[in-house]
Amino acid sequence: MDSLLDQFFNLDVMRQSLPLLLNGLWMTLQLCCAVILLGLVGGLVVALGNMSPRRWVRWPAVVYTDLFRALPPLVLLIFIYSGLPFAGINVSPFTAVVIAFLLNNSSYYAEVYRAGLISVPKGQAEAAKATGLSKAQALIHVILPQAIRNVLPDLLSNTVEVVKLTSLASVISLSELLYSANMARSVTYNASPLVLAALIYLILLWPLVRLVSHFQRRLAA
Amino acid sequence: MDRFLQTFFNPVVAAKYAPDIIAGIWVTLEIAAAVIIAGIGLGLLLACLRAYRIKVLNFFIICFADIFRALPPLVVILILYFGFPSIGIRLSGPMVLFIVLSLTLAAFAEEIFWAGFSSVEKGQWEAGIATGLGFSRTLVYIALPQAVRLAFPPLVNRVLAITKMTALGSPIGVSEILSSATTAQSFSGSATPLTMSVAAYLAIFVPMVIVARWLEGRTAWKKR
Amino acid sequence: MANRPMLEIAALEKRFGSNTILKNIDLKVAEGELVFVIGPSGSGKSTMLRCCNRLEEPTSGDIIVDGRNIMQGTSRDLDRMRLQVGMVFQGFHLYPHMSVLKNVTLAQRKALKRTKAEADARAMDMLERVGMEHKADAYPAELSGGQQQRVAIARALALDPKVMLFDEPTSALDPELVGSVLKVMKDLRAKGMTMLVVSHEMGFARETADRVVFMDGGVIVEEGTPEQIFGAPQAERTKAFLSRVSG
Ligand SMILES: Nc1ncnc2c1ncn2[C@@H]1O[C@H](COP(=O)(O)OP(=O)(O)OP(=O)(O)O)[C@@H](O)[C@H]1O
Ligand SMILES: [Mg+2]
Repeated sequence: MDSLLDQFFNLDVMRQSLPLLLNGLWMTLQLCCAVILLGLVGGLVVALGNMSPRRWVRWPAVVYTDLFRALPPLVLLIFIYSGLPFAGINVSPFTAVVIAFLLNNSSYYAEVYRAGLISVPKGQAEAAKATGLSKAQALIHVILPQAIRNVLPDLLSNTVEVVKLTSLASVISLSELLYSANMARSVTYNASPLVLAALIYLILLWPLVRLVSHFQRRLAA
Repeated sequence: MDRFLQTFFNPVVAAKYAPDIIAGIWVTLEIAAAVIIAGIGLGLLLACLRAYRIKVLNFFIICFADIFRALPPLVVILILYFGFPSIGIRLSGPMVLFIVLSLTLAAFAEEIFWAGFSSVEKGQWEAGIATGLGFSRTLVYIALPQAVRLAFPPLVNRVLAITKMTALGSPIGVSEILSSATTAQSFSGSATPLTMSVAAYLAIFVPMVIVARWLEGRTAWKKR
Repeated sequence: MANRPMLEIAALEKRFGSNTILKNIDLKVAEGELVFVIGPSGSGKSTMLRCCNRLEEPTSGDIIVDGRNIMQGTSRDLDRMRLQVGMVFQGFHLYPHMSVLKNVTLAQRKALKRTKAEADARAMDMLERVGMEHKADAYPAELSGGQQQRVAIARALALDPKVMLFDEPTSALDPELVGSVLKVMKDLRAKGMTMLVVSHEMGFARETADRVVFMDGGVIVEEGTPEQIFGAPQAERTKAFLSRVSG
């Protein structure tokens, strides 16, 4: 029992490694901002492409979503980070993560948006058109607000996944939260920094997970 | 262009490392299958237990589901792999991967099944109990089949997402596809093994994505 | 009454795949006239109406609104010309995420580029006209079907259309709510609005229509004054239809 506490909940080690972890957290938050924003915007573009009446827009978009939903994000990340230099393209770890997750997230967000767009009755678009709104205006003012509201729980739960995904950046030595914690572990020979990192993730994400459950319950009822 | 092909699609390198990658595919498939069975089984069990509405038990089930939905699996993998040996529990890489992914899948599956149970109409439960089935048999014969049907499409998506996480074995040296490929890449000095790993993952998961899409389309149709 | 046609449908044809839904339709609606369209289900009434603002793309033919052919021009022109054709749907299609006032001002602001003050004032005028000014801040879900339809009419009117199209505006309503919507339409007619109405409210047609058009199988079988069509229909198909609906 003592060794368990000492190994996983060693307060001294935690206190020592806290500054390093907070630095990592800051990087994680920056990553989240970049990756979530790009994913939300990119996903919308892909979703609209997915639903385009034009075949030469729709097909590439469908292939894109299926392709990047099929590839594990870590594989994508490693391919970009260690593969691209072979083609003479050097990318920083941060850029590699942003590109890899943009490809991955945008296809997940696209699926969520698509479900939302489909859920808006056709009459809404027709009413908007009939009152002389352009396609873009109808989309922005009439269709999207309803679509997003209908899939808010899914958008949220996808965003939780994106935040969790940023921990993969540690594999290519980007000093975000998990990487910093693992560094601290290897220096102190003690797993407490990893536990501390887990606690930080929990503090960050537990409220969101609760919110997702709450939303889902309300929708089911 | 030629150089590009030589780096990413070098047939000599491909031939040399194909056996490694294929071995990696088997490891990936084995772990994935074990995770799917254990994760869904445990998730279903927890959802059923939760239906009995025993306060203490439910508290723990909900905590478990929340924690494993909120934690990045890689964090838990590192804790188990690097932390546990110092308290005398030495788990192999594949075992750690299996445990963590199963628990993660179980947490999500529990929530999905529970949502399915919650949307089974109250009248269905009442009908079962009124016809003398008793709670447990009503649960198994009446509520469960309806819940499972509702749970199917979201579950397939989640299974897909979590089996893809077998790639997380590479940081702890599980010789699945990705780590076979990165090892081969550093030995050969060529990007071809990475290309092969991408191809292998696509071959495994594109069919699953298409099945998932098809399932979603079917249920969306029914809802109309 | 001026006899200048406000809406002219010329040689309109519409096919879905190999199915011809509308064949060689010619119809003129003069300024201030109310033309009433009847016909069995599936005869193409809605399709004809929807072609008039190109919600449905005509296969061939022309749609001329106040002298301008809306089949010509860019998509920007089309958006502008749709402003001149108001449409009221069977299912209302109010925007559920916006208040009544917002529903009526959205296109005024975005398509007509009116200022907020102008749009609000115009919206309140129109809401008053349909008797809904007291619900300006309510959301569509809080209104009855009849109230929603009156708001939908106000939404179309606020854009100062030259023609109003009505596709079975009362069919989705409970019987006791039909009257309130018909009253608004009667009012409009009295104020000189040009209207093309598809409906099953024969009583309303008798009372207010200038002309009644009977459609069947994608063609206009017969047209005339309400007295002619309801009193002494000429074509066999018209007689059969009228005896069926009057039961
Ligand atoms: N988008 C479409 N694709 C294929 N066929 C269509 C489409 N829209 C309408 N139709 C067909 O066109 C015909 C005319 O339809 P329309 O809705 O215009 O009839 P209607 O006279 O308005 O009937 P109702 O009184 O039932 O509303 C119908 O046979 C219908 O099946
Ligand atoms: Mg119709």
